[in-house]
Amino acid sequence: MDFHLLFQLSMNGLIVGTLYGVVGMCFVLIYKASQIVNFAQGEFLLIGAWVCWWLLTKYQLPFVWGFLATLVFMMVFGFLLQVIVLRPMIGEPVISVIMMTIGLSIFFQALMKWIFGVLPQPYPPVFSVKSVDIFGLQVQTVYLMAMAVSLVIMIGFAWFFKMSRMGLAMRATSFDQQVAQSLGISVRQVFALSWAISAMVSAVAGVVVGVVNGVSSALSFFGIKVFPAVILGGLDSIVGSVLGGLIIGVLENWAQFADSQYLKWGNLYEIAPFYVLIVILMIKPYGLFGKRDIERV
Amino acid sequence: MSIEPASMPAAAIPVEPAPLLAVNNLEVVYSDVILVLRGLNLKVPEGEIVALLGANGAGKSTTLKAISGLLKAEDGQITRGDVLFQGERMNGYEPDQIVRRGIFQVMEGRRIVADMSVHENLRLGAHTRRDKGVKDDLDMVYGYFPRLRERTGLAGYLSGGEQQMLAIGRALMTNPRLLILDEATEGLAPLVRAEIWRVLQRLKDGGQAILLIDKNVAALTRLAERHYIIEKGRIAWSGSSAELKADAALQKRYLGV
Repeated sequence: MDFHLLFQLSMNGLIVGTLYGVVGMCFVLIYKASQIVNFAQGEFLLIGAWVCWWLLTKYQLPFVWGFLATLVFMMVFGFLLQVIVLRPMIGEPVISVIMMTIGLSIFFQALMKWIFGVLPQPYPPVFSVKSVDIFGLQVQTVYLMAMAVSLVIMIGFAWFFKMSRMGLAMRATSFDQQVAQSLGISVRQVFALSWAISAMVSAVAGVVVGVVNGVSSALSFFGIKVFPAVILGGLDSIVGSVLGGLIIGVLENWAQFADSQYLKWGNLYEIAPFYVLIVILMIKPYGLFGKRDIERV
Repeated sequence: MSIEPASMPAAAIPVEPAPLLAVNNLEVVYSDVILVLRGLNLKVPEGEIVALLGANGAGKSTTLKAISGLLKAEDGQITRGDVLFQGERMNGYEPDQIVRRGIFQVMEGRRIVADMSVHENLRLGAHTRRDKGVKDDLDMVYGYFPRLRERTGLAGYLSGGEQQMLAIGRALMTNPRLLILDEATEGLAPLVRAEIWRVLQRLKDGGQAILLIDKNVAALTRLAERHYIIEKGRIAWSGSSAELKADAALQKRYLGV
């Protein structure tokens, strides 16, 4: 057995897993605030990656500035998307809103192809050292950056929901909108904020994947890959989504290992997470951390 | 020696000060067809406790929700009349705008956030505030309900009585001008009820205006200045505690006491 390959793949899995975790958190954030399953989550990555690519190639901005400008853009984008497109849907059945996110997903896919073309585009080289050696394992520098940024985001989320005024307001809104309103919380503000944060943080993952693989519409498939992660962790659990992301990331790389070494089926990597998804829905539909309501009368 | 202001006639009729809350001729309809309030009037003067009484389905909770702007979530709306708070017309305001103006309602069934700690629930109460007094008010709430300070787990695991204390404490954290309680002591153990009545009395002594619903007429007549009995969406009777206590026929007819 090729242990070196197994470790290398496990390491890749953990790194990609943190990205799944980050996107999963964004997905859960919107779901918790508004019970909307956002099928356009992958397009947030795609748009973020394209915008950053455009700033870097067209305006030759240094990566850091291009990256920060992208985050600001995506925050405004998420906010406006909620205010203009989704706010009028408040009060409509949730299923209608979910259908709308599917429509948005198709729309943004097409829009990106229209603006940026259908060919994959590579990012300009971002780091002078492409990969570093950690205990004999090769790790791409951008992945290390992604790990660091992801950790910062996760700690930021934890702080935000535990300590900040708006974080508490978001938790209260996800618990019960009427209660939140009765406490003076503007539910509209909470919805808009959840979309803004979600779009912005997803763009981080989009840029990282773009730097590694180049930007193309395939990137939005990441948004679908996040489903197994959040279902595994529990659709309403932020911590669960991170853990689910890590597990799915490692699992798909192990599937890759088994496939390439023994099975030789090809592409098990792509579909393994979805087998996991089916199994979880069968045996633990609330996920590892999903909550059934605490009720006390 | 005092000098009378020249403009004031000696035998002036005393002008009643504008009430903190005035509900005028209020009509509320649910789902466009179900008429629940049919021209209801009531007043809550500054610093007083006012009780709403009446049978189930008379429209008590609807009245409170109309005041707090919480009808929309239940497909209800004000179709006629006014809710005036400190002279400002509140109809059509979003609930959060109403809270910011100083009306806070403890809804029926406590409705504390079960997956937050006691402390987080209380901080949540201070959501609309930016002043420096939040920490002092936390201590004040723990002073009213000392046992809340010891509960460190999730609020969902508190007993019903503790949850009601938390709900009232959270309401006080908003620093309300008018505190509204829907079913203040329903379903609670006698000792817990007594504790809540004591706290309400202390709040009253501190000048807090309160509008509340409760089924315990005896306790209400001790606490409240004024009572309104609602029947079929209208005020059927209103009067002071002494008047309510004295009228056994009234109590029997409307309250089944």
